[in-house]
Amino acid sequence: MSLVSIRDLRKSFGAVQVLKGVSIEITRGAVVAIIGKSGSGKSTLLRCINGLETFDNGSIFVDGIDVAASRKDLRDLRRNVGMVFQQFNLFPHLTTAQNVMLAPKVVNREADTRAKAIASEMLAKVGLSDKADNYPSQLSGGQQQRVAIARALAMRPNVLLCDEITSALDPELVNEVLRVVEALAKDGMTLILVTHEMRFARDVGTKLVFMHQGKVHEEGPPKQLFANPTTPELAQFVGSTMH
Amino acid sequence: MTDFSFWVILSNLLLATRWTIVLSLVAFASGGIVGLALLFARVSRIGWLERLTKAYVEFFQGTPLLMQLFLFFFGVALFGVQVSPWLAAWLALTFWTSAFLTEIWRGCVDAIPKGQWEAADTLAMSYIDQMWYVILPQAFRIAIPPTVGFSVQVVKGTALASIIGFVDLTKAGTMLNNATFRPFLVYSLVAAIYFALCFPLSWFAHRLERTYNVAR
Amino acid sequence: MIYKLQFAELLPYWDILLRGLAFTIVLTIVSTVAGIALGTAGASARTFGPTWLNRLMGAYVELIRNTPFIVQLFFIFFGLPASGLKLSETTAAVLAMTINLGAYSTEIIRAGIQAVPRGHLEAGASLAMTRLQVLRYVVLKQAFQKIYPALSSQIVIVMLGSAVVSQISAEDLTYAANFIQSRNFRAFEVYLVVAVLYLLLAVITRAVLRWAGRLVFPKA
Repeated sequence: MSLVSIRDLRKSFGAVQVLKGVSIEITRGAVVAIIGKSGSGKSTLLRCINGLETFDNGSIFVDGIDVAASRKDLRDLRRNVGMVFQQFNLFPHLTTAQNVMLAPKVVNREADTRAKAIASEMLAKVGLSDKADNYPSQLSGGQQQRVAIARALAMRPNVLLCDEITSALDPELVNEVLRVVEALAKDGMTLILVTHEMRFARDVGTKLVFMHQGKVHEEGPPKQLFANPTTPELAQFVGSTMH
Repeated sequence: MTDFSFWVILSNLLLATRWTIVLSLVAFASGGIVGLALLFARVSRIGWLERLTKAYVEFFQGTPLLMQLFLFFFGVALFGVQVSPWLAAWLALTFWTSAFLTEIWRGCVDAIPKGQWEAADTLAMSYIDQMWYVILPQAFRIAIPPTVGFSVQVVKGTALASIIGFVDLTKAGTMLNNATFRPFLVYSLVAAIYFALCFPLSWFAHRLERTYNVAR
Repeated sequence: MIYKLQFAELLPYWDILLRGLAFTIVLTIVSTVAGIALGTAGASARTFGPTWLNRLMGAYVELIRNTPFIVQLFFIFFGLPASGLKLSETTAAVLAMTINLGAYSTEIIRAGIQAVPRGHLEAGASLAMTRLQVLRYVVLKQAFQKIYPALSSQIVIVMLGSAVVSQISAEDLTYAANFIQSRNFRAFEVYLVVAVLYLLLAVITRAVLRWAGRLVFPKA
C-alpha cells in the first residue's frame, strides 16, 4: 500500500501548464529523489503534496487522506507531512529550541516540559544540542537547515518533504545536512526530496523520478537509471550535472 | 494687569490640556485594540472578511474626521442613549484611529517574507496561532516607528472634539478668546501647548525610524 | 424603538448642498496649486539654499506638522486681525490650507529631491547649466515623479481636512450640512449624505490625480 499516491496530477499557473499529468506511487520508507531542469515542475509537484499549492486535476492521497478533499482540514494533513525549505524559513525572533518546540506546544498542545524534551531529542538527532539557546542569525547556513529539519521532525511526520534543501548552502556546508538526511533515511523515514545532489540521489535514494516538461520522464532505481538512462533527456541531464 | 491675564489664560489652558491628553491616550488605546482585531480580519485570506475590512478602512480614511464626530454625536442619540461630547468623541476617534492603525500594521505584516507563513503553515499551525506566535512578533518591531508617528495625528485629532462641545485645549482656547478678546495671545499659547505635546512624539518617531533603518 | 431615517427631507436643500460642494472643490483646487507651489519653493530652499533658510523652513514645517489645522485656522482668522490684518472667511480658509499643505509638501518634495542621484546634478553643472536650470530641468521633474503618490495622498488628506473651515463660517460643504440640519433637524441623515459626498470626492480626486500622473509622467 502506497503511503503517498499521486494520480494524473495537472496544474497550470495562468496560461502555463506546469504539471501535465504526473503519476507516482511512494511506499512507506522510500527515499524518493525528484530531479530535473528548472521549470520541469518538480518543486510545484512537491508543494502540491502538502497543499502549499493547489492543483487543477488529478488526485493526491497521503496515508489514505485525500489532499484535495481535506482542503479545509489541511492542518490535519500537515501534522503528518513535514517540509524543509530551501531558504530554511526559521523564525528569527525565536531561539533554536523555541523554533523546534513551537508547533508541538501550540498545535499538539504538548505541555511545556514535554515540548522542551521533544525539542532536545530532535536537536540531538541533528547534532545541534549545544545550539539550543542560539538565535538563527547566529548559526551558519548548514546549522540553520539542520534546525529546520529538527523543527519539522518535532511533529513526528510520516513523510518529510525536502525542497532543494541544500541549494542555498555554501558547498562545504552541504554535507552536514546530507548526513542528517541519510540518517533519517536509515531510520526508515519516508523522504521525498527535490534535489540537485546527484551523488546523494544515487547512493541514498531508493527511487529516482526524472521530471521533464511537467511529466515524469523516467522513474526507477537511481543506480540503474544513472548508469543506463533510457532517454536522451536524462542522459543529457546526467551528463551535465554529474562530475 | 497684562501679566495677570497671561497667567490666567495659560493656567486655564493647561488645565484643559489634561483632557486632551486623556482623550488622546484612551482613543489611541481603544483604537489600537480595534485595529488589531481588524488586522486579523484584513490578513485572514477569507474573501468577504477582507473586503469588509477594506470597506471599513476606506470609509474612515475617506471621510473627514469632523463628519465622523458629527455622525457619532447625532447617531448615538438615535438609539435613545444619552450622548455626551466625551462619549461621541471617544467613539469617533477610536474608529478613526483603528482604521489608520490597521492599515499601517497591515503594511508591516505584508513586509514579512512569505516563507515565514509557509513554514508556519507546514507545521500545521492555525491562522490565529501563526499570527500570534510567528508573524506579529516580527511585524511588531517594524510597526513601532509609524505607530508612534500616528500618535501625533491622534493628539491633533482630539482638537476637533471641541466642535461637538468637548472641553479640551482648543475649546478652552475658544472660550478664553471670547472672554478676553486676545486671540493672538490665546491661540499662540494653544498652538505652543499642542507643539509641546506633539513635537517630542514626532521627534521620537523620527529617531525610531532612523534606528530601525540602520539596524536593517 | 426604530428611528426611521428620513433622507427625503434633504431634497429641498439640494441647491445649498451643491453650492457647498462647489466651494469645497474650488477651495481645494486653489489651495492645492498654491500649497504645492509653496512646497516646491520650500523644498528647493531647504535643499539648495543657505543654512539659515533651511533652519527657518524647518521650523515652519515642524510648527505646522505638530499643531492641529483648526488651531492654525483660528490663529489666522481670529488672531491676525488683532495685529491689523483683517481677512474674509474664504481668504483665511485658503491661506490656512495653503500654509498647511505647503509645510507637508515641502517635506515630501524635499525627500523627492534628495532621492535624485548626485550624478545628475553634477552632469547638469558640467553642461554649464545654472543652478536654477539644473533645478528646473533635471531635478524637479524626477523628484515629482518619485513622490507623486505621497503628494496625491496629502492632497486628499487636506481636502478632507477642509471640512474644518466651516467653523469660521466659510460656506463649504460642511457649513451647508450644518445649515440644513439646523433647519430640518435631520442631523444624522444630513451628515451621512455629506460624509458619502466627501468619500466620493476623495475617490474622484484620487482617480483624477492618478490619471493626471500618468499623463505627465511617462511610465518609467
